[in-house]
Amino acid sequence: MSLFKEGFIRDIASQKKQWEEKLAAQLQKRPERQAEFVTDSGIKLNTVYTPDDIAEFDYYRELGLPGSYPFTRGVQPNMYRGRLWTMRQYAGFGSAEETNERFKYLLEQGQTGLSVAFDLPTQIGYDSDHPMARGEVGKVGVAIDSLQDMETLFAGIPLQKVSTSMTINAPAAILLAMYIAVAEKQGVAPEALNGTIQNDILKEYIARGTYIFPPAPSMRLITDIFAYCAQNIPNWNTISISGYHIREAGSTAVQEVAFTLADGIAYVQAAIDAGLDVDTFAPRLSFFFNAHLNFFEEVAKFRAARRLWAKIMKERFGAKNPRSWMLRFHTQTAGCTLTAQQPDVNIMRVAFQALSAVLGGTQSLHTNSRDEALALPNEDSVLIALRTQQVIGYEIGVADVVDPLGGSYYVESLTNQIEEQALAYINKIDEMGGAPEAIEFMQREIQNSAYRYQQDIESGRKVVIGVNKFQMQEERPRNLLRVDPAVGDRQCEKLKKLRSERDNHTVQRALQNIKEAASSTENLMPHFIYAVKQYATLGEICGVLREVFGEYKQQIVF
Amino acid sequence: MAEKTIRVLVAKPGLDGHDRGAKVIAQALRDAGMEVIYTGLRQTPEQIVEAALQEDVQVVALSSLSGAHLYLFPPVVEGLRQQGADDVLVLGGGVIPDEDIPVLKEAGIAEIFGPGTPTKLVVDYIRQKLGVESPAGGNSSDQ
Repeated sequence: MSLFKEGFIRDIASQKKQWEEKLAAQLQKRPERQAEFVTDSGIKLNTVYTPDDIAEFDYYRELGLPGSYPFTRGVQPNMYRGRLWTMRQYAGFGSAEETNERFKYLLEQGQTGLSVAFDLPTQIGYDSDHPMARGEVGKVGVAIDSLQDMETLFAGIPLQKVSTSMTINAPAAILLAMYIAVAEKQGVAPEALNGTIQNDILKEYIARGTYIFPPAPSMRLITDIFAYCAQNIPNWNTISISGYHIREAGSTAVQEVAFTLADGIAYVQAAIDAGLDVDTFAPRLSFFFNAHLNFFEEVAKFRAARRLWAKIMKERFGAKNPRSWMLRFHTQTAGCTLTAQQPDVNIMRVAFQALSAVLGGTQSLHTNSRDEALALPNEDSVLIALRTQQVIGYEIGVADVVDPLGGSYYVESLTNQIEEQALAYINKIDEMGGAPEAIEFMQREIQNSAYRYQQDIESGRKVVIGVNKFQMQEERPRNLLRVDPAVGDRQCEKLKKLRSERDNHTVQRALQNIKEAASSTENLMPHFIYAVKQYATLGEICGVLREVFGEYKQQIVF
Repeated sequence: MAEKTIRVLVAKPGLDGHDRGAKVIAQALRDAGMEVIYTGLRQTPEQIVEAALQEDVQVVALSSLSGAHLYLFPPVVEGLRQQGADDVLVLGGGVIPDEDIPVLKEAGIAEIFGPGTPTKLVVDYIRQKLGVESPAGGNSSDQ
């Protein structure tokens, strides 16, 4: 049932005609700032939005109430009136000791969840002494070679009390195994563990590049995690299906929603094909989105993604549990919008992006630091970024009402358009055989959008303060974080010592078991947990898997 | 076309997977009429040198955002030198701290282009360094 009576819509339409004449006269005298106004996804904007832009709008079908299908207005009935989102700053650099210190600092400052950044060798399954790891150890995150490092990373942090997110994908199962082992050593039962493992390999092929194995065995590792966690770690979010990196690689908001949900569909299908019942794992799926600059489009994007996913789970996959229909998501502000020029201006960019995520109903948020176009953030910058979230949560009142922009003609119209356009993409990807088959298609779409965005900046159509407008002479900030170059050497020494002190016979046997299980269809998780407890290294375990599974070869799309 | 087309190798050394900048530059150089080869991810300096020689390029453009540039850029220049290809122009881009720039230049990287650099600047720089005038028509893609 439409919100508006037909006569009312007709009346608005006729009044709009008169107003358009008035507008035309005005434009003769004073033309608009731009020839046309469009969102970053290229959605053309009207001068003003009125009920006739959402003439068919059915409140119950499109919105409903918060905490109810289709969850457009949020996944909980009272959202932030109960509890604010989790303030979760992504952190990690250098050694486990240094990162442990940063974690403790952030928890003291009121951060409510941890989020671990791993260095590239860890993300790609190499030990710190591997030749490919040269120069990369501890740089973009913390170096984790074995359970020993993981124990140090969480020393003095009670794992039953914090919720931990780990940004790890190709070797996610092994890092999760380490986390479970650390918890056990701390005396924490698996059922008490709370957190998220990113575990999203498709977006690695599409946009981020830290893959190891080909798609088929990668998908099997993921469904092994789903199955293991459903049985053993009921409160763990087994995947964070990530649009963030797709957006950072240059996609539009519409593409971000479309490609992320297409990946989500692929995971759900893979798990169903592996014999799992949809309602056993779907409630533990979570998502990860980017908060970019185009404010209202971003708010609408979050709402559209939630509604579209609810429909997909209910209608396409026949999920019965309402928790399976809910799209719960973490958000990070857009790193790619930060400028090296006038870095303090980034504080404002981040604040507005974070606000859009909150108005869009995020469950958890990372705010980027002002110096990230120059280096990893230093402690001062991270603190300002965290305080930004706290100001939004505690001072400005936007968390006091659920979905405050719901019912805005403009926001609802944009939400509808984003959903429609994203669905058109998903249908196209379905026709290609699903996300794993459409990797190169998505890469090309993203690349075209990235190039167009860059051209818009260079032509001045898109204003970037400090870069193509309002530039000024400035000095670079001096107190940037520098990772100690000796981290790599120290990790190598630790590895040498570890290999000489552990029971290498048991380690070899554990690796052999993994090899056999990998060649069968047995769930690999228990084997990983056993091996990491024997202090088999990440590189050794991934080495065995590389032998069985092979490695992914990138298709160069350009 | 009397002028020889400029050939460029765009390369991603190390483990860094952020290739948005590399691909945008590659596309901009191609749109400016250059022949561009992109190596893809995870190349060792040795592989990059080999590709540069095989493809007979005049320019190698390296991109890294992971902080490993001091380990990964200089060996490319060194490798080219050892192969007698010291006339190849080697450029760097990505997130590179100011204090590293003199170190990289000392090692033979001709120029570093940081975040926010307009692609046109890179195009003009390459043309000027190689002593090639902008083609009168401009902007024609040859692929």
